[in-house]
Amino acid sequence: MKLIGLISVILCGGLLFFGVTDFPGWGDPASPASTHVSPYYIQNTLADTSVPNIVTAVLADYRGYDTLGETTVIFTAAIACFFLLRFTRRLEPKERFYRHVPTGITLRISHGGKLPVESEAFERIDSLWSPHDVIIKTTCRLVVPFIQLFALYVIAHGHYSPGGGFQGGVILGAAMILYALSYDLRSALLRMSEKIGAIFCATGVFIYAGTGALCLLSGLNFLDYSALATVFGGDPVAARSHGIFAVEIGVGMTVMAAMIWIYYNLSSAGKHDEGL
Amino acid sequence: MAQQLPILLVVAPLMAAFLVPIVGWWNKRLCYPLAVAALAAPLVCTLGILKQVMAGGGFSYHLGGWSPPWGIEYALDYLNSFVLVIISIVSFIVTIYSKESVRSELPDKITPFYTLLLLMVTGLLGMTVSGDAFNVFVFLEISSLSCYGLIAIGSDGAPFATFRYIIMGTIGASFYLLGVGYLYLVTGTLNMADLARLLPQLYASRVVLTAGIFLLVGIGIKMALFPLHAWLPGAYTYAPSTVSAMVAPLYTKVAAYLLIRIMFTVFQPAFFIEVIPATTLLSWLAAIAMLVGSIYAIAQSDLKRMLSYSVVAQIGYIALGIGLANRLGLSGALLHILNEAFTKGCVFLVAGAIVFKLKSCRLENFNNLYRKMPFTMSAFTIGTFSMIGIPPTSGFFSKLYLLLGSVAAGNWIFVAVLLVSTLLNVVYFFRVIQLASFEKPMPDYARITPYETVAMDEVPLSMQIPIQLMAAGILLSGIFSSRILSAVIVHIIPKSFTP
Amino acid sequence: METLISTFISKYNYWGYIILMMIGLYAMMVKNNLVKKIIGMNIFQTAIILFYISIGAKKGASIPIITHAFNAAPVSIHPAGYINPLPHVLMLTAIVVAVATLGVALAVIVIIYQRYETLELDEILKIRKETG
Repeated sequence: MKLIGLISVILCGGLLFFGVTDFPGWGDPASPASTHVSPYYIQNTLADTSVPNIVTAVLADYRGYDTLGETTVIFTAAIACFFLLRFTRRLEPKERFYRHVPTGITLRISHGGKLPVESEAFERIDSLWSPHDVIIKTTCRLVVPFIQLFALYVIAHGHYSPGGGFQGGVILGAAMILYALSYDLRSALLRMSEKIGAIFCATGVFIYAGTGALCLLSGLNFLDYSALATVFGGDPVAARSHGIFAVEIGVGMTVMAAMIWIYYNLSSAGKHDEGL
Repeated sequence: MAQQLPILLVVAPLMAAFLVPIVGWWNKRLCYPLAVAALAAPLVCTLGILKQVMAGGGFSYHLGGWSPPWGIEYALDYLNSFVLVIISIVSFIVTIYSKESVRSELPDKITPFYTLLLLMVTGLLGMTVSGDAFNVFVFLEISSLSCYGLIAIGSDGAPFATFRYIIMGTIGASFYLLGVGYLYLVTGTLNMADLARLLPQLYASRVVLTAGIFLLVGIGIKMALFPLHAWLPGAYTYAPSTVSAMVAPLYTKVAAYLLIRIMFTVFQPAFFIEVIPATTLLSWLAAIAMLVGSIYAIAQSDLKRMLSYSVVAQIGYIALGIGLANRLGLSGALLHILNEAFTKGCVFLVAGAIVFKLKSCRLENFNNLYRKMPFTMSAFTIGTFSMIGIPPTSGFFSKLYLLLGSVAAGNWIFVAVLLVSTLLNVVYFFRVIQLASFEKPMPDYARITPYETVAMDEVPLSMQIPIQLMAAGILLSGIFSSRILSAVIVHIIPKSFTP
Repeated sequence: METLISTFISKYNYWGYIILMMIGLYAMMVKNNLVKKIIGMNIFQTAIILFYISIGAKKGASIPIITHAFNAAPVSIHPAGYINPLPHVLMLTAIVVAVATLGVALAVIVIIYQRYETLELDEILKIRKETG
């Protein structure tokens, strides 16, 4: 296998090196890629959509259909992880071990016996997961709301600064994953259960496709946001700007929910009992 | 409404795929009707598109209202509409079949199953109808990811086979992306029609040469062309029955459509015939694929594994037709795509029915199957005849055109390979029929005890009707093959091809 | 010779992406551990992303956000002043696709581990051959 790998890598690399010799210069403003299609985007974005961030405008308006496909890809990954890993039957262990913290006595309770009440005095010692430090818990708990606020800023400000739905959605997802890492998976599941995650995931991409379908119902082509001007009033340029914002919200919702859902399923191998 | 048909056929299963998780969490039994209804819409839309294209020639649809090359374009022509109709018919029939089969194999995962199934069909439809090279990549990844998820849930060796499929499939898709990137580097556009206009001046460039090679290798991996077929047998054998029946007729054929698109629409045929001798290489690899696939299939003792190797061999037929690059050969390849969709659909649905009843597909358990399941096995017989190439099934006509194409190209080795592989097909398919017809492996001439009476134990009606529909499709597409040729296929062949 | 050196130095970004891609391809094909294959896949896809971004660079240009004061007319929009936005858009999609494939591949690896108790390719093949 090593020999086949080495030969194919050498062949492939050689072919690529052979191709590089004919490339246009790097950073050349007169190269075909910079002179054929993209000058239209750079010159006309502000006039067509009133959005200064050209990348957001191209992503969500000119090539908005690709972004719908991309949102569908992340939704597919979340559903596939759920489909493959999720294990709904509970495996009850045969006996549980608790330690009574004030006196140090270890309790062993067989299956069917009465479990101690959830309180600070009884600590479970049979699970593989070890609780985290007070410093980590407190720090993360203080930081998570600011992360979420920043993520909402990134989504909303995607028109004017680098950002947008994907970036903000990933940061939102990361905030929840940080909470799940610093506390434990069960507390995160209490705050955002799997059902809510699935509904958010489907709703976000449904908002995207729904905006496009709304434009379809108004008579214009799919994802032609100027149709929103006839539905909601206003001029087409502002309608495009608002249409871009609406789909960015949808994308942010889906990406956040997909990241959290994939984390829940991967870190607990589908059982949703203890995370990392 | 009529001009929105191209987008409706993708939006309908897409939005249904987003509705199924929400609806399914509320009531699991609503998933199946929703999926069937969602796949009836592309059927209607694609037939409407085919009628429109046959009446008025090709047309295009601008997404977002932006004209190409600044926006994404859907370019509908004869090749597109032909493959779209095939995809929608086969996916609709297999989804009707899926109800009982999924309930017996995956009882507690019905909702995500239908979501992934709808997403896979959306990906295939979107790949076919798009006229923008990067959009094809996005939908290719949608269908690939849902395919990985659907196959990995199968039995036995499924996760390991899926892992190998993920690695090879990602290499294929990434090579395709790299090829598109190289083309973008020298032309500045991603639209297929625009590329077709700009590339002919650049054929001498090394970048275009590299791009062509990477595109071919990437699509070849997705198409399971020999020697890049290693992922296919494992993936199709261990997948659940509905998934095998959905993926085997469609996935590699859509990749073959993409190959025809790249070779003959984006690049002029002359590029791949003269500048890099890709068509010659393609036809030789196809010839080897036909022989290797059939020889491996003979050695198998599991029906689905045998059929998977048969898929590898049939891909060889299609690639041979493309590689011959003449009028008859390409007609044969396109007819063979149609034939393969119905034939492989039929035999994989029968294999799923056998698994439903017998819980396994091993050939040694097949005795008396013709008496237990007469209708199912008669459909299997029609599928077998089509695979071998017996008139009036469609298999005969596509093989005839491939033979005529090889003769016209003056290549008698390919004629010999075609005939030998047909004989090999006879060997392994008739072995299955023989094992299933008799009570014991060999017919017993010195009979002492009377024949045991075997009760008929057929599959439920929701599985039986799709199997018979597929068999009917094989016969109909064979009987009407000349009509299909003259109405649709003759317009697909590039003008520069000599017969 | 002179032109060869000058092309080598001026296009170093492209040489870098080729080397990264070949490292990723080699890891995907040759490594024994399944997780290392996945890491190779990630390197491979990242190299392609690097290639696309390199297409879009322009000497002396700034990021593709049109600066203008609130309610004022924007400064003159000259294409040479902003880098090419299209490869960045395409690569946002490609990054998401890479992450999604990574997620599904890791889920498959979890199932493989649950079934075979190992992640080494040769041991898995041995177990599969023994159990028939």
